[in-house]
Amino acid sequence: MSLAISGSSTGVLDWPAAFKDALVTALVAGALGLFIVGFRTADFGKGLGFEYQFVDLAIACGVIFAGRFALSCARGGTSVVTLLLGAGLLAIALLAPLPSAFLRTVSGLAGVALLVAGTWTSVRGTSAGGGRIAALSAASDVLGTRVFPWFGAALLGVAVVLPFMPFADQKVMDLGILILTYVMLGWGLNIVVGLAGLLDLGYVAFYAVGAYAYAMLSTQHGWSFWMCLPVAGMLAATFGVVLGFPVLRLRGDYLAIVTLGFGEIIRIVLLNWTDFTQGPAGIGGIPSATLFGRVFAENAPAGGQTFHEWMEIPFSANHRLIFLYFVVLALALLTNFVTHRLRRLPVGRAWEALREDEVACQALGINPTNTKLTAFAIGAMFAGFAGTFFAAKQRFVSPESFVFIESAIILAIVVLGGMGSQVGVVLASIILIGLPEWFRDLGLYRMLVFGVAMVLIMVFKPRGLISRREPTIRLETGGGP
Amino acid sequence: MTPLIEVEHLTMRFGGLTAVDDVSFTAFPGQITAIIGPNGAGKTTVFNCITGFYRPTEGRLTLRGGDREYLLERMVGFRIAARARVARTFQNIRLFAGMTVLENLLVAQHNALMRASGYTLLGVLGIGAYGRAERGAVERARAWLERVKLIGQADRPAGELPYGSQRRLEIARAMCTGPALLCLDEPAAGLNPPESAELNELLISIRDQDRVGILLIEHDMSVVMSISDRVVVLDYGRKIADGTPAEVRANPAVIRAYLGDEEAPEAAHG
Repeated sequence: MSLAISGSSTGVLDWPAAFKDALVTALVAGALGLFIVGFRTADFGKGLGFEYQFVDLAIACGVIFAGRFALSCARGGTSVVTLLLGAGLLAIALLAPLPSAFLRTVSGLAGVALLVAGTWTSVRGTSAGGGRIAALSAASDVLGTRVFPWFGAALLGVAVVLPFMPFADQKVMDLGILILTYVMLGWGLNIVVGLAGLLDLGYVAFYAVGAYAYAMLSTQHGWSFWMCLPVAGMLAATFGVVLGFPVLRLRGDYLAIVTLGFGEIIRIVLLNWTDFTQGPAGIGGIPSATLFGRVFAENAPAGGQTFHEWMEIPFSANHRLIFLYFVVLALALLTNFVTHRLRRLPVGRAWEALREDEVACQALGINPTNTKLTAFAIGAMFAGFAGTFFAAKQRFVSPESFVFIESAIILAIVVLGGMGSQVGVVLASIILIGLPEWFRDLGLYRMLVFGVAMVLIMVFKPRGLISRREPTIRLETGGGP
Repeated sequence: MTPLIEVEHLTMRFGGLTAVDDVSFTAFPGQITAIIGPNGAGKTTVFNCITGFYRPTEGRLTLRGGDREYLLERMVGFRIAARARVARTFQNIRLFAGMTVLENLLVAQHNALMRASGYTLLGVLGIGAYGRAERGAVERARAWLERVKLIGQADRPAGELPYGSQRRLEIARAMCTGPALLCLDEPAAGLNPPESAELNELLISIRDQDRVGILLIEHDMSVVMSISDRVVVLDYGRKIADGTPAEVRANPAVIRAYLGDEEAPEAAHG
């Protein structure tokens, strides 16, 4: 099927070959999809029968034909055709009455991909030879030094004004809180995995420690959220050190397996120590976070005051969500700020040095034990903060929330974002947490899109979305950038 | 003159293999002591014992720094570098490849900077004298970058430097720890003649200006014979000669070890 691709690698498009290649591809896709997409069993009341979806299949084959042909054009240097076809597919996805949401998404994504491919080809084609590479690297440098700081600031700006947008209903705020929680967890894990290079598959254990610390201290001893926050952080950090000690001598895969085991141990203890944690039933009735002692509820508890009474505004259920949103935003920014600071301190540089070469670190007199333990402890502390927030937001915790897949998702955020990159974590959280929520309409195809997105990122950006490492200090300026 | 390091009856066994067998020698401050010998003679093993990467099976390693004595065989690896101030480079270069040249030199000053940053606590809060300490560390790094002619490369990732520059950077990094004893494991390996001559000048300036004792493993005899004050020759883990370059060059046992014995050609190796 790669007739046209190999034939046209010289830059001249072979129209008949490209046409034939696209036709063959569409036919193969049609044959493969005939039974998967074409037929569908449906319940007609008097038993199962077939429903035929040949229109869907034909549209999909058409999209595939157009896409393949456009890609061949891009390879052949005729990027105008690619751009036109890409725009056409996008227009169809947005405007035409397609029979299913899935087709709409597929054709939309194909259109965007073609537009990108076409733009890429035309940009690359404008300058030739060595100048092309120099121009590209210069462009990426400019992108790195000029655009990136602004990009981070722009993201922060969007995050701050989001709750005041007219479309910010309960659903949007919930999603925002969820994404920010994962951003915070990603930033915390970034210290352990991205900076210190210690592969930790049990990070969710510290999240659980923080959540249960707040759940139990608040329901049994009446502690408030703000009192619990530092305590839970300390407790999680202690657990980080406890985990750190036995695994100090382990590296790579072995470390990953032990941390995975640790994560499971915490979950299983929470599940089985019924007297202490109420086991699988979980702990409910956890008080939410308060603002200077004002609760976010319609009616004040005895002796208390509610937020809307205090502010003298009408009650809205959204106030609580907006408040929680800003709490988690502040916590995430704290994590980012501290990480930013730590990278410029000797301990941060020692983490990165340890990731690069532990033997050389020893030869320079760096204590590897202490350095690794600090990384574990600080990473765990932020997970503890995030856990406390999680318990305050959900008002219910159970071991169900702290399963291995959570650790895997947080790790995926760090790896996809680019190890050690703070902005990368934000982008990856939006993609991995946000997209599945937005694509809820796709139903079962949702996880398929998730998987495809991950594969695509790993194919095109194997070192993560943002693989550029910003030096912690530069000689010209004499200080940190 | 009191010796900087005294190696007494050093023996290192790996299972049934005796890599270093009852080796004793001394090195003095402000001198270059070369350790030479055919491949597999145990030179790097001696280094690994001195710098704490191996714990010697037998023997005593005494380092005199300032007015204190350190028994190196009893110290954990990183403490030898941190307290006894023994720095080293590696046969296969071990730089922090992803970090910049300047960052490599700052990592080398980790312990002093760590104290200045109040063991991170004060540093995170931005109080204390960390800013000043870091500027001092950068100045020290800048001075060393000028000496090893890498000042223009300071902000490049260390892994991108050409091979010869990486060798020089590794020496600069070791010197940034402020060592009393500098152990160099084949610093001239893979260098071309002009680079090798530059290296000689650098090592002589470290010896004469910084008054640092240097232990040097080297195969390149032009380097060894021109800059060493003393030469220790190992063969099959044993010391076979010890003296000035001229003495060692004339020593029949050394010639036999390097060129082979005419009566017993099967003993030749290299």
